Formats: sequence, structure tokens, C-alpha cells
Amino acid sequence: MKILVCIKQVPDMESKFKIGTEGIWYNEADLAWRMNEYDEYAVEQAVQLKEQVGGDTDLVVLSIGPERVKETMKKALAMGCERGVHVHDDAYYKKDPFEIASIIAEYAKDQGFDLIFTGMQSQDRGSAQVGILVGELLGLPAVSTIVDFTFADGAISVKRELEGGLKALVKLQAPALVTCQLGLNTPRYPTLPNIMKAKKKELTSVPVGDLLKVEEMVKVEKMFVPEKRSGGLVLEGDVKDLADKLVQILKEKTTVLK
Amino acid sequence: MKALLVGEYREGKLLASSYELVAFAKKLGAEMALFVVGNESQLPKIDGKVYLADAAQAGEYNPDLHKQLLLDVIAKEQPDTVVFSHSSYGWDLAPRVAAALKVGQVSEVVDVVDGAFIVPSCNSKLRRSIKPKTARCVVTLQAGAFSFSGEPAGTPTLEKVATAGTARTEFGGYEVAEKGGVDLTKAQIIVSAGRGVGKKENVEIIAKLAAAFGGELGASRPVVDSGWVDHSRQVGTTGQTVSPKLYVACGISGAIQHLAGMKKSDFLVAINKDKDAPIGEVADVLVVADVLQFAPALIERLKG
Repeated sequence: MKILVCIKQVPDMESKFKIGTEGIWYNEADLAWRMNEYDEYAVEQAVQLKEQVGGDTDLVVLSIGPERVKETMKKALAMGCERGVHVHDDAYYKKDPFEIASIIAEYAKDQGFDLIFTGMQSQDRGSAQVGILVGELLGLPAVSTIVDFTFADGAISVKRELEGGLKALVKLQAPALVTCQLGLNTPRYPTLPNIMKAKKKELTSVPVGDLLKVEEMVKVEKMFVPEKRSGGLVLEGDVKDLADKLVQILKEKTTVLK
Repeated sequence: MKALLVGEYREGKLLASSYELVAFAKKLGAEMALFVVGNESQLPKIDGKVYLADAAQAGEYNPDLHKQLLLDVIAKEQPDTVVFSHSSYGWDLAPRVAAALKVGQVSEVVDVVDGAFIVPSCNSKLRRSIKPKTARCVVTLQAGAFSFSGEPAGTPTLEKVATAGTARTEFGGYEVAEKGGVDLTKAQIIVSAGRGVGKKENVEIIAKLAAAFGGELGASRPVVDSGWVDHSRQVGTTGQTVSPKLYVACGISGAIQHLAGMKKSDFLVAINKDKDAPIGEVADVLVVADVLQFAPALIERLKG
């Protein structure tokens, strides 16, 4: 069996973001990088599937970006992926979802992947397009936003998360692509022995030029910090004083405290 | 300028979010037609063309068939923009349509300024302004970003559409989340725990704070996903939508999915050590503090 899982490295969302000099992306200096949260669930599900089917399952993790994304790929390898394919692209942030999906599809075509896992969206851009687009470009059936996954002899059963606590039950046949929602499973923490083992796993780099055959469909004109909505009161200081102030405000502004 | 709106039915009912698409088309000053897979008993109340495919045949979730139906309508209508809600239905179907049309898609649009679509980035801390390079484009709209005011009114011109295509996925019905004992929609005060509480053991102090207020404990999605709090207490798009007199968000950054579930609260207090957290944008009061230190102090004060 052949499995592909696509991951992205993103900054910690609690970072203080500044706009970069080109004006179309955030300044990447001083940011802490990690695996896109949705992709952790994708990696975990891919590893669980590999463990379930056993044999000589090939589980490839793919990521697009500069040299630093290899660090995040090593985590995926430590979680249980067999080998990594790093699509080296220093200008990754200029690619639109269609270009990113085309790069992945160009890599994956003719390789006979039975299953492709992606996150349902990235935390920084959140377009939720790339996974589905990869499915379309490869002609694979795809289901997005899954919170449950089972596999038996090529038959896939998933639950899609809808709004308001509702889930849709969907069945399909491999080869297929699924995009993973938070809560799908419990992503494992890589153990120290597995982190050591991961260092010896194959991690090849491919220049993005080898895989990019299309042009962007949308153009980012600028990135900016939204104007702060005024009116909200910001309280800072010692916690005891803060508690006094807050209780005072609640007594004045609401009817819930006597 | 012509917009084709893609409405949504769920369990036989037209979703109110379909009218947000109408509000968007009006804002653009676009001529509009609407496509929807649903049933005739609940037609969208708009003055314009409505293309209706029967959900009994095409299913409420069937991307292959819905895509084909929509492409047929697009071929007929020749819209400049195809508009979806950024919902579980829209974000699933929109890229399939964009790929088939070979046109650009812009996701989760919150505004339109000088012909450019504005979308959030990095948990709404940033925005991007995006323009399609293709003549035609596909967009999905953030829930609530384009609100429809007033009562929907209008008489659609109905055209039924169908397709004989085959589907590669099989929809097996819906599963409803099991209802716990907690109905947060009736609570006057809700104190919710977010990822910022750090670990499961720390939820207890938030529960104590909720008790000190005489309110209910709520939670954001990551806390529920981690198994720290039961799903029946989840507030947000995929949980409950609440409107208490007081909502206290503890260590909740303010993802749009959470805000959608609690923004109608009368008074919103956010406790967060990140002064730039998006929750600060909507909070009446933002207390910049570590909630694990602040909560005990506040409990003490409420008791005294």
C-alpha cells in the first residue's frame, strides 16, 4: 500500500505578527515554527493506517517550503512516516492554492498512492482549497473535514463534520483523498527513540521548478493588520487589582452581579 | 456583473446563510441567480432565477453530482462570480467547481474593497487583499460577514435541473451529537475554558470560576477535542450557539468558529495573556493576564 500525507509548517498563531517588506506576507523573523495543527491529525491517521495494514506500506510525507520546513518533516518522520519529500521553495508564500495543489499533484501523479491525507486547511491562510484541489487534479474522490476514518480492504468510511454538532456519514473506495479536521484522532508525541530513528530516514529535496507547471489563478495584493475595533476596555496590571476593577465594571455594566 | 449563488439545504430545510449570499450580491450590485440542491417546499425567497435540483435524487452531500449540476447551470447562466458560504458544504464544493472551470478561488471573504476580496489570515490577526487573475472566479463567504437585513421576500422563477451522472461517494445519512445534560442556550452566565488554560487539570479552576459566578462552564473546540471538557459544553459553530448576559472567555484566542457561537452575548469579558488575541476585538473588557493566576483572584473577590 502507498500513502501520502501532505503537511505545512506554520508559525505559532500566538505570535505577534508584523507585515514583511514585500507587503504581501508576514515578516518571518523571530517566529516559532511548528506543524500545521490540522496536519498533525493527517499524519497520525496516515501512521495509524500504515500500522493497520502492515506489510511493506510506503508512507511518504511531503512538504513545500524553505529549508526550515525539514524540521517539521522530521517530526512527521518521528511520528511514523517512512520517508520525506521536501519540495524546496523559498518563494512558497507567493504561490496560490492552485499552484500548491498542482505541485503536489505533479509529484503524486503516476505514483499510485492508495490514500492521500491532508489537513482540512492551514492555520495561516485557511483557504481549505489545497486538499480538495489535489483530489480534483489527480481525479481522485475526496472528502473534506473528516472527524472519523475507518479502512477495510479498500473501503473507506468517514464522518464529515458539519455545523451544529452534526456529522455526515460518507463511504468511498480507495484510491481517495481525505482532508482532516481537528479531533479526528489523538496525534502521538514522537518518542525519543523514534526521534533518533527519524534522523536516519530518507528525506529528499526536490527543487520546486521540477514540479511547478502552472501559473497562479489569484494574486495577493497586500497583507495588512486589521484596524482594531475600538470600544473594548483593556485592563492590565496586578491580578488582584484587575479582579477588583473587573468586578466593579460588571456591577456597573451588567445585571448579573449584585 | 452576474453572480450565481449556491444556496444550502440541511435535512430538508433551506439554511438562513443562503440569504447572506444574497446580501453579498446586493453589495456588489450584481445581477443574481441561485442554485440549490433542496426541495420545492422551501424555496429561497428572492426575485430572480432559482435553479433547483431535487435533494431526494442528488442527495444533500454528493460532491460529484452537485458539481455536475452546478457546472451545467454555470454553462447556462455564464456568471462572473460563483458564490458559496464558507461552510462545510461550501469549502468542500467550491474548489471542485473552481478546478473544473479552471478559475481562481478566494476563500472566506469578509469584505470587498475596490474590487479586491478581503480575507482573514493567521487566526484573524491579519488580512489579505486578493484579486482573481481569471475573468471568472469562485468565492466563499465567511459566515456572518455579509448580513442580510430584514425579512427575505421575493418570488423566484423556478427552473428544475437534474443530472444522470454517477457519484464516487455514498452519503449514509447524518449522525447527531449525543445531547449531554447541559443546555448552555438557557444559561445567563457562561465561563468558557480555551486552549490557554494549558492542561486538563486546569479546567477545574475555570469550573470553580463559573460556579463563583453562578454560571455554567463552557469550552472552546480545542479543549473539547482534547477531551478536557465534554462536547455538550462546546460553544461555537460545531457546538452550541449561546447568548448569555455575561460570557467570560478564559484563554480563548477568538477563532471565528468560536466567536460565531457567542458573539450575541450581552457582555463579553476575555481573559488572555496575549493582548493581540482576536478575542480582544469583540470583548467589552479584555483582561490581559494569565488566566490561571487571575481566576483564583477573581474567585476570591467574587466570594468576598
